[in-house]
Amino acid sequence: MKIRTLGRHARESFKSIGRNGWMTFASVSAVTVTLILVGVFFVIMMNLNKVAQTIEEDVQIRVHIDVAANEEDQQKLKGEIEKISEVQSVKFSSKEQELEELIKSMGEDGQAFKLFEQDNPLNDVFIVKTKNPQDTMKAAKDIGKLEYVTKAVYGKGTVEKLFNFIEASRNVGIVLIAGLFFTAIFLISNTIKITIIARRREIKIMRLVGATNNFIRWPFFLEGLWLGILGAILPIILIAIAYYNAYDYLAPKLVGNFIQILPYDPFIYQVSGLLILMGALIGVWGSVMSVRKFLKV
Amino acid sequence: MIELQDVFKKYPNGVTAINGIDVRINQGEFVYVVGPSGAGKSTFIKMMYREEVPTSGTITMNGVNLAKLKNTKVPIFRRNLGVVFQDFKLLPMKTVYENVAFALEVIEAQPKFIKKRVMEVLDLVNLKHKAKMLPTELSGGEQQRVSIARSIVNSPKVVIADEPTGNLDPETSWEIMNIFEEINNRGTTIVMATHNREIVNTIKHRVIAIESGKIARDEQRGDYGYEN
Repeated sequence: MKIRTLGRHARESFKSIGRNGWMTFASVSAVTVTLILVGVFFVIMMNLNKVAQTIEEDVQIRVHIDVAANEEDQQKLKGEIEKISEVQSVKFSSKEQELEELIKSMGEDGQAFKLFEQDNPLNDVFIVKTKNPQDTMKAAKDIGKLEYVTKAVYGKGTVEKLFNFIEASRNVGIVLIAGLFFTAIFLISNTIKITIIARRREIKIMRLVGATNNFIRWPFFLEGLWLGILGAILPIILIAIAYYNAYDYLAPKLVGNFIQILPYDPFIYQVSGLLILMGALIGVWGSVMSVRKFLKV
Repeated sequence: MIELQDVFKKYPNGVTAINGIDVRINQGEFVYVVGPSGAGKSTFIKMMYREEVPTSGTITMNGVNLAKLKNTKVPIFRRNLGVVFQDFKLLPMKTVYENVAFALEVIEAQPKFIKKRVMEVLDLVNLKHKAKMLPTELSGGEQQRVSIARSIVNSPKVVIADEPTGNLDPETSWEIMNIFEEINNRGTTIVMATHNREIVNTIKHRVIAIESGKIARDEQRGDYGYEN
């Protein structure tokens, strides 16, 4: 195709958007509404995923070391733990550090434990992290069998429940996003189809004058593309403003907390890119599929 | 030259619209196709611009056998043919100029040439001054003139017209006929299906009468021959 002809198709597609005012409005509105839904849901899902990831990463095994173990035994034990394939890191925490942490974590009430500073009943501890959070249970079981280990604690029961919950919510999220995506395609392509059905006479006349299918298809293809992109603008603006404010409000409150939300930059640019791409794809797909019906002789 | 040999057309619903037609139309002829409603005139005309395909037989136009023409080649074939309809078939969202220019845009003609040629044909149908108007802003006669301008902008050898005066008042019909006469005088073949008795009987040309899907009459400078 000549560049001149492509320019002609682009001009035609813009003219057509202007001339079919109400239909343009209907199509763009359909894209806008669905992309707002998809966008909001996507933002929530990604943030939930981030929280889940943080929680997962926070899961650790506390290995209580037998008081009978001397320094050499402890070094040997550390080496054995590190040899376990699932283990990522092993950190030593002495019983004095453990007590201090305990006192700190109990706040005012913690002062009562100060009495134990003279005769500390706690054990020295190895804090073990696994490469994959899902391997915590297996690693803890293996560590528990080693010599000089009194117990390997990882929040049995709670961690399993947490992982199940995270897994389930991720799956539900993926299904919902997929469902929403297909609803969006269906809704938008139907709206575009209606606007094109109204123009089937136009397509028929073009064929009678000798226009090839490609020649007819191109302006519609570009029109779908513009409609999709136009429809993505409002959702992007709304979501960017809303997220900016939400982030501004929530981020300071969450400092030091294990729950973190995704930073505005670059997340909102990624969401914007995704929405534009989705709008464009759905617009093009909807119009090309609808025109195809009328291009059979 | 147009040649139909032993052409039959049977629709899927069992109706036989064309029941064995042999006819030859030479370059530069003006031919009226007449006959009662339901006689097969419309099918005859539609087969000429390859909207319908014969069930059997051959239709040759400008050396192309329409019975065997592939669907993908139809647009190319139509570029060498002008078609005018009773209901004008103009693109409602395009101006008079754009409607006519469209037929040249599809063959990717040079923009300069398009502009010059479109203004030429609009001048021929006396609508140069209304080039920027939309079809809805024009009278029926004016719309038909736009449609004629579009049909000849590619300088086709043949123009097919299906009841071009069917929706027009008598005075406007004469205007339209004068334009067709002028086009024919320049050497273009015109095949026109019509119900207009007065026109056929006044502007004398070859008349092909179709009845029950067959040629009932084929006369040079013939009459309409029906009571309407």
